[in-house]
Amino acid sequence: MTDVTFILRDGSRRTLDIAEGTSVMQAAVMENLKGIDGECGGCLSCATCHVYVEAIGTGALPPMDEEENALLDGVAAERRPESRLSCQILATPGLSGLVLRVPERQV
Amino acid sequence: MTDRLVVVGASHAGCRLAFAARELGFAGEIVLIGAEPTPPYQRPPLSKGYLKGATPLAAILLKSEAAFHEAGIALRLGTPVTAIDRTARTVALASGGAIAWSRLALTTGARVRRLAVPGADLAGVFHMRDLADADALGAALPGAARAVVVGGGFIGLEAAAVLRGLGLAVTVLEAADRLAPRAFPPLLSAWLKTLHESRGVDVRLGAQLREIVGRDGRVAAAGLADGHEIACDLVVVGIGVVPADDLARDAGLAVDRGILVDAHGLTSDPAIAAAGDCARHPNPWAATPGAPTLLESVQNAHDQARVAAAALVGRPIVHDAVPWFWSDQYDTRIQMAGLSHPDDEIVLRGDPAAGRFSLLHLRDGRLAAVDSVGWPQDHMAARRLLIDRPAIDPERAGRHDGGLADLCRIG
Repeated sequence: MTDVTFILRDGSRRTLDIAEGTSVMQAAVMENLKGIDGECGGCLSCATCHVYVEAIGTGALPPMDEEENALLDGVAAERRPESRLSCQILATPGLSGLVLRVPERQV
Repeated sequence: MTDRLVVVGASHAGCRLAFAARELGFAGEIVLIGAEPTPPYQRPPLSKGYLKGATPLAAILLKSEAAFHEAGIALRLGTPVTAIDRTARTVALASGGAIAWSRLALTTGARVRRLAVPGADLAGVFHMRDLADADALGAALPGAARAVVVGGGFIGLEAAAVLRGLGLAVTVLEAADRLAPRAFPPLLSAWLKTLHESRGVDVRLGAQLREIVGRDGRVAAAGLADGHEIACDLVVVGIGVVPADDLARDAGLAVDRGILVDAHGLTSDPAIAAAGDCARHPNPWAATPGAPTLLESVQNAHDQARVAAAALVGRPIVHDAVPWFWSDQYDTRIQMAGLSHPDDEIVLRGDPAAGRFSLLHLRDGRLAAVDSVGWPQDHMAARRLLIDRPAIDPERAGRHDGGLADLCRIG
């Protein structure tokens, strides 16, 4: 299991214990974490699971592919260097300690 | 009397509506009623990753049990609703008994259009809508070598792609003279035909299915009106859906091939909302802006559900989101933004041979819809740009190879 902490819009923090192989978006949506929409179910069509990476754990994040990069150009909130789509981050033991900030808006 | 929101239909729309009502501050009870025994799940993967066996059920559930509990949403699963009593303000359950409501939402979705030819009830004929449909088809795949897909629309083509990917010989039967004729302009229909043929699918256009030929109670072949028979082990039917509006009709709500709602998602009874595949709503992006429109998409279900929830809690907003859709076939993603119309002027940009292109739909010289293949940048740009319906010079648009946004700014 992988501990991932979300900083929500109201500044509060919530940590989810995510099963290996599950995407961070999927876990957040399933637990109804406010601010992660994930409308398309993680097939890289909607850009509504945008997060800002605040801190990474011991491991490295998976590299960003061309499609994710393209979709990030279309996110509703400001795109920053630390922007990622959380559907493209699969939980791995090395990612424990990951801290993600939820952006101001997704749509 | 208890303030209770009852949501009929544990669909994408129903689930979203229940959670949205809570987030918008609704303090009463919320009961989400589903006919199927499974907790609310995502439908798009059923004809894609789930059918392929790549995605387990746990991964396509919409919310966890804990999330329902935390939001105070009571789930009543495996409980079909048989009637709405608007005077007593109750819904009657197939299991007997009734549930009282002070506000009601109908998110009943759509029913699959069933094949109506002789032999349609043979073992080995599968429709595609619910989890049970996908499970039944999935269970039949190991022993099958040849499939006939009836219907060359999104569902049929996605199923064809998955079946082909699993090694089956696949024939697609489409009654029209091109694939997905309602959704796409001819150029894209032709491109899809080439895509499927390049993967070894036998695409038959203008194919009139006469009957499913059986042997020992099982599918043996698809019989066409021209006398040809295509031998097969299974038949997958994807010939569209019809909105599940009968509960609403029986209750005397305004219905016209879907439950009629206003821009706030309310039905002809302001205590009752409807959202998703079942709700015909005034859509500002229709060719006649505001025309009553039925959309079958996850995004529409989500957006309408949020709007309907807002109306039910007394904080109405207007449903005006730019519609968008997607379809995955093999490793190709087709994304659509806006609502196209057969009379639109079509401008091609990009390179169909390279699998990266967009079709711009122009209406009165303005951008009305964009179909993108393998070009997510264009799709995302289109969803933003369409809000302002920018004027486009078709001459320039066809030559321009930069970003769609630049084209609109300068054009």
